[in-house]
Amino acid sequence: MAMEMRLPVARKRLSETLGRESKKHLVVPGDTITTDTGFMRGHGTYMGEEKLIASVAGSVERVNKLICVKALKTRYNGEVGDIVVGRITEVQQKRWKVETNSRLDSVLLLSSMNLPGGELRRRSAEDELAMRGFLQEGDLISAEVQAVFSDGAVSLHTRSLKYGKLGQGVLVQVSPSLVKRQKTHFHDLPCGASVILGNNGFIWIYPTPEHKEEDAGGFIANLEPVSLADREVISRLRNCIISLVTQRMMLYDTSILYCYEASLPHQIKDILKPEIMEEIVMETRQRLLEQEG
Amino acid sequence: EDLRVDGRGCEDYRCVEVETDVVSNTSGSARVKLGHTDILVGVKAEMGMPKLEKPNEGYLEFFVDCSANATPEFEGRGGDDLGTEIANTLYRIFNNKSSIDLKSLCISPREHCWVLYVDVLLLECGGNLFDAISVAVKAALFNTRIPRVRVLEDEEGSKDIELSDDPYDCIRLNVENVPCIVTLCKIGYRHVVDATLQEEACSLASLLVSVTSKGVVTCMRKVGKGSLDPESIFEMMETGKRVGKVLHTSLQSVLHKEESLGPKRQKVGFLG
Repeated sequence: MAMEMRLPVARKRLSETLGRESKKHLVVPGDTITTDTGFMRGHGTYMGEEKLIASVAGSVERVNKLICVKALKTRYNGEVGDIVVGRITEVQQKRWKVETNSRLDSVLLLSSMNLPGGELRRRSAEDELAMRGFLQEGDLISAEVQAVFSDGAVSLHTRSLKYGKLGQGVLVQVSPSLVKRQKTHFHDLPCGASVILGNNGFIWIYPTPEHKEEDAGGFIANLEPVSLADREVISRLRNCIISLVTQRMMLYDTSILYCYEASLPHQIKDILKPEIMEEIVMETRQRLLEQEG
Repeated sequence: EDLRVDGRGCEDYRCVEVETDVVSNTSGSARVKLGHTDILVGVKAEMGMPKLEKPNEGYLEFFVDCSANATPEFEGRGGDDLGTEIANTLYRIFNNKSSIDLKSLCISPREHCWVLYVDVLLLECGGNLFDAISVAVKAALFNTRIPRVRVLEDEEGSKDIELSDDPYDCIRLNVENVPCIVTLCKIGYRHVVDATLQEEACSLASLLVSVTSKGVVTCMRKVGKGSLDPESIFEMMETGKRVGKVLHTSLQSVLHKEESLGPKRQKVGFLG
């Protein structure tokens, strides 16, 4: 039984410890980016009084003649092809409403959902009545973005066997800007757990299933108790992800794995202590720099 | 098997940060950060009339304000219910003779006494509010400095209250017997201490036990929709006593350490 009380310590500025060569151009809403009118405006900017002004707080990115401001903390903006992890909030007539940390609830149409057994047929009235049997309010699913409506709402589909209802695991909610875009977002880490890095900032950590079930199609949730060793790995991964997020590092499979390895000498519950968190993330950062360089 | 989602055991607390004397215009103040829960307590000492049934004692008044910064549910009137519930719990745990020596707060019987107005401000809500609030109240009372006053009698019999000239001449309260609340949430078949927001959502019933530093239970309260059977209540009470004693010793050591740093210590405050 552990109880630790301490006096607060002033936070250190991150930039001093990093020693970055190139300074990012950071702006807040209302800052002038440039007075040169030859640039095209991208996301996060607007034209006012002959100047280009930022409308969100973030870093300025410039690609040739296009200037845009990438916000540091936003809600998720859907792009076609993104993987998201969401929670069902409502069951409506022919669709489910899914919460994905965006401005509007996303939509999962019944016709975009795989039927159990992988059948391909037109959805009938019985399917509509049995919707609650597939997905109820509160269930977690992994899905892919099929289309984006004009108002920004996102339409999802689970048209592949790797998507569907999620079983036992741990959900970590982070800011969507910290999840790096990669070829695949489903990773089986060698430490014994698997992770789904949703582009919307929802990260799902679950124990690696021993054998892939081909015919389930993601409907049957495995409710057997998870072993203690697996649970320890998952807790450690969760704490590592939280420490990476606190230090504003991008999340992808390599960074999470290096952070996990750096945290092995410490106890799982100690990872969340501020000084140990800093130490682990510094080590991860160094290893990533070495790997790139 | 004693493993929670963040790796803690069932009786482990998250890391707590305590700082006193953060608000300059109060008699005493404290700020406690327990994970994502952030509480600010200010104590103001004012002179008032003693209560009719207790003419030789001063008293404490509690007020809890759930700031809308904590959660969107607290916007407008939403936080009032929770605030009154917490304030009533604080009144109950201080409602006995041994928690605070109220006789030391009396200036002249039936006429003047010190009234301590304890204001609690909830800045961020991250689970386990009661524990954090009780720790902050204890730290703020430890930090409270009440100016020393003398009562002078005139020849006609009218009394005059004189404040001493030295601003550092004050009386401190003895907070050894001030209790702290330990919340035990029942999740499944086990009970956990210091639940996060997610763990509180999974628990149907919890027990609030108010424990002094010697392990004496002053008051107990059950919250939640679910039921608890008597054996588990007994177990939870024993756990609460054990955990409460450790909580008190850590808090005392941190408060003494902070005091030993002296008035020149670096205050972190809110912009650290």
